[in-house]
Amino acid sequence: MLTETLSYVVFNLGNLNRIPLGEGREYQIGDEEIVIFRARDGVVYALQARCPHREGHLADGITGDGKIVCPMHSYKFELATGAPVGNDCQALKTYPVRISQAGEILLEWPSVTK
Amino acid sequence: MSEKQKLVVIGNGMAGARFVEDLLARGGGNQFDIVMFGDEPYGNYNRILLSGVLSGTHQAQDIFINSLAWYEENNVKLHAGVRVQRIDRITKTVIGADDIAESYDKLVIATGSSPFVPPVEGIKSDEREGNKDGVFVFRTLDDCDGIAKYAENAKSAAVIGGGLLGLEAARGLANRGVETHVVHLMGHLMDVQLDGKAGKMLRNSMEQMGVNVHTEKATTAILGNGHVTGLQFKDGSALECDMVVISAGIRPNTQLAKDAGLAVERGIVVDDTMTTDDPDIYSVGECAQHRGMVYGLVAPLWEQTAVLADRLTGRKTEAAYTGSKLSTKLKVMGVDLAVMGRKEPENDDDEVVLYSEPSRGVYKKLIVRDGKLLGAMLLGDTSTAATLLQSFDRGSELPENRAELLFDLSGETKSQSVADLPDDAQICNCNGVSKGAIVGAVKGGCTSLKKLCDATRAGTGCGACKPQVEEILQFSAGDLLTEDASAHYYVPGVPLAKPELIAAIQAQNLKSVSAVFAALANGKEDPGSKAGLASLLKTIWHDQYEDERDARFINDRVHANIQKDRTFSVVPRIYGGVTSPDELRRIADVADKYQVPMVKITGGQRIDLLGVKKEDLPGVWKDLGMPSGHAYTKAFRTCKTCVGSEFCRFGVGDSTGLGIQIERKFQGIEFPHKLKMATTGCPRNCSEATTKDIGLIAIEGGKWEVVVGGAAGSKVRKADLLVTVDSHEDALLYTGRFMQYYRANAKYLERTYDFVERIGIEKVRQVVVEDSEGIAAQLDADIEAAVAAYVDPWEEAHTPQHPSQFVNLLSAKETAQIRSLQPAYGD
Repeated sequence: MLTETLSYVVFNLGNLNRIPLGEGREYQIGDEEIVIFRARDGVVYALQARCPHREGHLADGITGDGKIVCPMHSYKFELATGAPVGNDCQALKTYPVRISQAGEILLEWPSVTK
Repeated sequence: MSEKQKLVVIGNGMAGARFVEDLLARGGGNQFDIVMFGDEPYGNYNRILLSGVLSGTHQAQDIFINSLAWYEENNVKLHAGVRVQRIDRITKTVIGADDIAESYDKLVIATGSSPFVPPVEGIKSDEREGNKDGVFVFRTLDDCDGIAKYAENAKSAAVIGGGLLGLEAARGLANRGVETHVVHLMGHLMDVQLDGKAGKMLRNSMEQMGVNVHTEKATTAILGNGHVTGLQFKDGSALECDMVVISAGIRPNTQLAKDAGLAVERGIVVDDTMTTDDPDIYSVGECAQHRGMVYGLVAPLWEQTAVLADRLTGRKTEAAYTGSKLSTKLKVMGVDLAVMGRKEPENDDDEVVLYSEPSRGVYKKLIVRDGKLLGAMLLGDTSTAATLLQSFDRGSELPENRAELLFDLSGETKSQSVADLPDDAQICNCNGVSKGAIVGAVKGGCTSLKKLCDATRAGTGCGACKPQVEEILQFSAGDLLTEDASAHYYVPGVPLAKPELIAAIQAQNLKSVSAVFAALANGKEDPGSKAGLASLLKTIWHDQYEDERDARFINDRVHANIQKDRTFSVVPRIYGGVTSPDELRRIADVADKYQVPMVKITGGQRIDLLGVKKEDLPGVWKDLGMPSGHAYTKAFRTCKTCVGSEFCRFGVGDSTGLGIQIERKFQGIEFPHKLKMATTGCPRNCSEATTKDIGLIAIEGGKWEVVVGGAAGSKVRKADLLVTVDSHEDALLYTGRFMQYYRANAKYLERTYDFVERIGIEKVRQVVVEDSEGIAAQLDADIEAAVAAYVDPWEEAHTPQHPSQFVNLLSAKETAQIRSLQPAYGD
């Protein structure tokens, strides 16, 4: 039997107000790019940074109604689940994220050790 | 002493002047001293357009090709109004009136032709030299002038000759309100070009337009003492009229050549090099006879002058003229006509394809031999003329279904073919969506256009295929077809059409996008509606608009156009396309400093720096020191200009100056879609103003035509004339007023060409020009407010709107590992 330990590393992504309200910004986590969206209703989302269609940077897209629209060719995805809306792309990866009392974004990043 | 040879050209008409132009274009100005003799006291003009002058559609000054100044500028010595009397081949001298003599090394005879005046009694005046009052021929500007003046006091006019020129003259007279008769010797009109049936049909069309046609009438006398009172015919009948225009054909002017002892038959005989039997004398145009043919059309003449110019300049020493295939496409009194080659079959085996529709005045006839086109005649509908001409010129094999040659089937095939197309046919060329995929989506429940486009992405690129997608929807959905209510909304996420939406925004004082969603859409912030609302709010509130950057598309957040690799394109504003060495140096320095991968001249007469990183944008703008060109947004983009009257020898208006004024005034104003303009200094339209959203076209007399709704993108549309004005101030006024009318009434993402078609140019004109709704003053005030609210967005280089406005990547730091767990998977 193979046992793995799935642990989480927490990254501090700095103060939420570094991201303008309603917009997203990217962060480099290890080898991966992720995007944090700060929705107008106060909810914060963490997803994979690129659109599966043509690698568009979702951070430059428009958010609203719990969705993100890619700036390249207007492909749409659910912010909470990463599920595609009206297209058959793969779902976007999502990550748990929360806001500290000091207003900092804390990303929980899975790290696998054997 | 000049080492140049001396070249003398007799004749300054269509052929003579064209030949000199051809010669100059090949550098002949350095090889020859050029001297021309012209009968008429003018520069040269386009004789083909004389009928336009007669009918009043053209002014005399419009048809000039080269003014007298042109000759001076090109060092061509023109003896204007000097008729040549003889050619002395021994001394190689041309002698004209008033003893003007010019020696030549090379001589070109381009004397053209004269009207043929049949032997009819009573043409000459009894009292003095010349014709009886009211008798005219139709060949020159002066003839035209004489006819027009006389027609002012004439009730009725007869044209002798029912050929092309005669009918043109008849049209001119009829347009001047004179009762017009065409008297033709032969059995049907235009008997040289048309067969009997086509001639009869043309006659019906003429008669419907009020021109009286008399065929098989031989005129024997022009009646009247001192002035014309009527015509006498051979059959004993007569016709009362106040004036006569004789247009009974032309005769080559060969007398000079004949007197000089050159070989002359019907015309001056030339070989394939356009040389007469004297190796230093050439002939081109209507006076020349080549391989037994004398041509009276302009196309062969141009081929001849080009060959001669090629040879004389040594540009192409082997150039040869081998004859022209005769074809012509023209309008006879508004009736379209195209003829080429033979008009009747010659062999029993020749195939004749015929179509005749007298009620519409349409007649088509093809003569085919061995599968190739020998001749064609199209009357009333010339839609396939271009294809036929190509087959005729190239002698190419014709399609087996000859109907394809008679009818333009493209319009119908489109509508038929969508249903007929195979499933794998690509409908949306932007997103590569096949017909099968669209039909599949309809069957799968996408029974409204919006759902269908959203689901398949067809029609979501440039949008040009939307009509076809809609058609597929209609035949695939049948009774299940539904309509999206949202199709009528300004933006899909707020259930109001534009007028109601604007009214609600104003009534409830909604100044931000989120306020609109909260008040009018139950707080649901549809991301697809944000950018449209942002633009609309800016239009309504100007500087009171509460900007929320996340409502903007990325281009409008960072004032540059995003590219596929997330770099941006930077297009600084270059007013009217006029730049300076200093600006160019700065642009070059910026390109160096920021390692810009591509510097490109745009179609809008600006310079595009492509591949600029988002972080570099503020620095680039600062270093450029030029305002934004708004090449990234739904706003007024640029005003393309030509050099206009400042430099161009044809310019009649200061298009550059006006274009700069326009860009300075309207720069950056938002619209429901992008808006492009152009100004052009004359109707040659070099800046393509007729296919812009708004175009300003300078016309003679210090006037400007304001045209709107043009397009040259995925859709091509010629702009409609809105109004003609006579000052820059009024040009700006109507431009601004139309802009505001469009801003206030167009749907989101509706370009002016769709807007103008939807509203109708008549209605647009009533509102914008005639002020039928009494809103002109308000429109003017609103656009002025928008002008006043303009701020260069690139100022944000100095005062960013947010610290991370131009930042892609923010920093992250790893903190402690705070928990771990044993997963359930893995066994």
